[in-house]
Amino acid sequence: MFNYFIRRLLAAVPTLLLISFVIFLVVDLAPGSPMSEIPLTVPPDVRQKMIEAMGADKPMLVRYVIWLLQFFVVETGWAIQNLTGWGVIDAITPAMQKVMRLLLNSETYEFTGQRIISWQSKVPVFQIIGERLPQTLTVVGTAYLIGVLIALPIGIYSAYRQYSWFDQGGTFFSMVGYSVPTFFTGNVLILIFAIRLGWFPTIYDTNLSVTDWASFKAFVRQMALPVTVLALFNAAEISRYTRSSVLENLGQDYVRTARAKGMGEGKVVLAHVLRNSLIPVVTIVALGVPTIFGGAIVTEQIFKINGIGAALIGAINVSDLPTVQTVTFIFAVLIVLFNLIADILYGILDPRIRYD
Amino acid sequence: MKLRSALLGAAACFAFAPAAMAERGADGEVKIIYYQAVSGLNAYISSGTKDIEAGSLVLEPLAGFDEKGDLFPRLAAEIPTLDNGGISADLTTITWKLKPGLVWSDGTPVTSADVKFTWEYCTHPEGGCAQSAKYEGIKSIDTPDDLTVVITFNGPKPYPYQPFTGATSPILQKAQFEPCLGAAAAGCSEQNSKPIGTGPFVVTDFKVNDVVTYAANPNYRDPAKPAFAKVTLKGGGDALAAASAVMETGEFDYAWNTQINPEQQAAMADAGKGVFVNGFGTLVERIEVNLTDPSPSLPEGERSTIKHPHPFLSDVNVRKALSMAIDRQALVDVGYGNAGRPTCNVVPAPEAYASDNTECLKQDIEGAKALLEAAGWTDSDGDGIRDKDGRKLSILYQTTVNPVRQDFQALIKGWWNEIGVEVELKSIDPGVFFGGDAGSPDTFQKFYADVEMFANNFDGTDPEPYMAQYLCSKIPGPDNQWQGENINRFCDPAYDAKQQELSRTADPATRAQMVKDLNDMITKNGHVSIPLVDRGRLSAHSNSLAGVVLNTWDTELWNIQDWSRAK
Repeated sequence: MFNYFIRRLLAAVPTLLLISFVIFLVVDLAPGSPMSEIPLTVPPDVRQKMIEAMGADKPMLVRYVIWLLQFFVVETGWAIQNLTGWGVIDAITPAMQKVMRLLLNSETYEFTGQRIISWQSKVPVFQIIGERLPQTLTVVGTAYLIGVLIALPIGIYSAYRQYSWFDQGGTFFSMVGYSVPTFFTGNVLILIFAIRLGWFPTIYDTNLSVTDWASFKAFVRQMALPVTVLALFNAAEISRYTRSSVLENLGQDYVRTARAKGMGEGKVVLAHVLRNSLIPVVTIVALGVPTIFGGAIVTEQIFKINGIGAALIGAINVSDLPTVQTVTFIFAVLIVLFNLIADILYGILDPRIRYD
Repeated sequence: MKLRSALLGAAACFAFAPAAMAERGADGEVKIIYYQAVSGLNAYISSGTKDIEAGSLVLEPLAGFDEKGDLFPRLAAEIPTLDNGGISADLTTITWKLKPGLVWSDGTPVTSADVKFTWEYCTHPEGGCAQSAKYEGIKSIDTPDDLTVVITFNGPKPYPYQPFTGATSPILQKAQFEPCLGAAAAGCSEQNSKPIGTGPFVVTDFKVNDVVTYAANPNYRDPAKPAFAKVTLKGGGDALAAASAVMETGEFDYAWNTQINPEQQAAMADAGKGVFVNGFGTLVERIEVNLTDPSPSLPEGERSTIKHPHPFLSDVNVRKALSMAIDRQALVDVGYGNAGRPTCNVVPAPEAYASDNTECLKQDIEGAKALLEAAGWTDSDGDGIRDKDGRKLSILYQTTVNPVRQDFQALIKGWWNEIGVEVELKSIDPGVFFGGDAGSPDTFQKFYADVEMFANNFDGTDPEPYMAQYLCSKIPGPDNQWQGENINRFCDPAYDAKQQELSRTADPATRAQMVKDLNDMITKNGHVSIPLVDRGRLSAHSNSLAGVVLNTWDTELWNIQDWSRAK
């Protein structure tokens, strides 16, 4: 197992490099310019100077190599330095200076630990991610958790009482949840519960910190609508997987054996069937975890959550390439990582599967 | 004794009441929503309007514009003029005096060195300063003493108020920004997100593209202001949601630029929690006409260049007929309601500069048909489309993706079809259209279409640089990487001569007349630009917020120090 793990990790390196290059190509080839947001009152020569100051006029390959260096050397260096207090940045400065001067074809370039800077806001991209991650994790994470908690009982009971009214209702619920887009449910909920009834706010307050009962209530109120929308969507998907997996297992020989031994129905379903049925479900759930970090672009936009998803779409709109590239690449890393975790979990849960 | 103390007490109440009412920070928090989130607070680094306005609570220029477009002193003691000797008789220098005793929010004095530094900061060749046009033509800045700033221009400057006026050119603190000169400017995240200023508020927290939190500046020059102790400026969502947060749910006190259609405006006003405020500036939605041939059959590099004049739009009668066929009031009713009014000018304001050009306001379909007929454009083959010498009046009409603009396109297409002009519509992502990428065929500068629609305006109240956009020398083309503001490819020596004259004239009345003449040359005489709607600013504030005066000449938050909670 350990060997397998190491092998997969090593295989991930070229995969990720390739992914980063493809992302860079696609992002770079996409139409649009970082100048599109600048008012027309700013004359063309000033725009040109602004582009040069950003470094956006450099050839694509040079920018890609600089980005790689910044991501894997400089940002990693800063992370280690901030965690441990070691002078990593000073240590890499001479080498980085040499490489950057070569790349930029400039004799005067001074390396002072420049991080990946957003073109739009001129703030390090990792600082933006750090500011955005908490609300994304709370909202999307909670929704995912609640979605799973709703989906499992629905899926199990639907399968156990196949074609009953509960199963039909569950099927209907998941069809609706899965096929009605979140931008529709989100706006309907806002219209009813926030505007007509005034129970919940329409705009998420990212400055809110829970310190007492009142702020906790405010926190729950602003979470309620987006979490409902997303949980519904997640639950719909996972409950269908659970249902089909449980159905498959209910017809197996070991279930008949268990019943023949006189085991209670509760024990048959919850101890034997459920455990075996959960193997594929756990994989699905694990594969879905990266989407929590990715945020929910549409839902974040509707509820003004300003999480990672909103940051990404905002950056795409103004062609803020460093931000788009960095955020997308981190998603890619997470997806590769959770694929690996799902494979390993599969091996642990199902003793029949052996990787070595 | 009792009576005496009672009287004294009453007197004391009267004496202290106004003071208590006007106490700094007494009104708690004010919540503002900008549907475009704020990315930075330094106007020189990020130049989206929202960033400049968010920064204007902190950073101030020497003088600002009030709601009528008149200059008023902010950090300056008074506005320099020819009469008070602030402007030299030969128009080459302007002398600003700072208010005595001004301090930054950190308590250090504001001096003329800060003003001079701001100029150096923005004109540094590697800084990529977004507002460097404001400092064009400055030869030197001298600081004879701590309160005096003498700006010397390269030549006579009839309008010397460009530098250091309005929210687009605020004064930075030298001590704070000294390490940020040139290439270091973008890396100064701390300075750019928490600038030290002189304004009524200081930044306490800034989450990029999300929310800015401000507190009252303890060192603000008016000890009784601002009335609010805290400002939260939230960003995100869209104009409709922002308007709703003020007008329907009451979560916010002020919403910026709530540009929504008239139907939605009415529905929200009915909720009764707030009011819309509108004001008109210089933003004009217009159709720009391409005077060169955009035909795809031409080789790349010659399309839409002056080498090939447009086959039919170079005929002024065709352009005039297109303008006559449009019902501008109908456009306003569909798209803007109270936030727009029909116009025939590209310079609709300030009042002194606005030409009394109103003949286009009345739609005249029959007149347009007659004009085309007289000019020889007839429907010779009976297909409903006019033609002449084998050329059909067939137009490609492009604009950005935007619901109001698509409505406009549909309406105008209908009117143009009526006068026998075939119209093909195209809409382009605004990021591409305005992006100015020389490699893209869809930018508004490249103009690979016959007509295109967008809005344009000018900064401040002086239209001179704006009128310069139509000079022959500003025509975009492959030789200048399609950079240039004269997107019509309009070139008229008479226009150029008049514009040159304008840049040498100081007398306000003569300048105003010249701007009107220039405006008329491109609109009612030339029909190079077909103005449609004078687009006002529409913002919303809650009923409990007092003191809001909408200003379209400067930052909308220009008088936030005077805002208070309505009692």
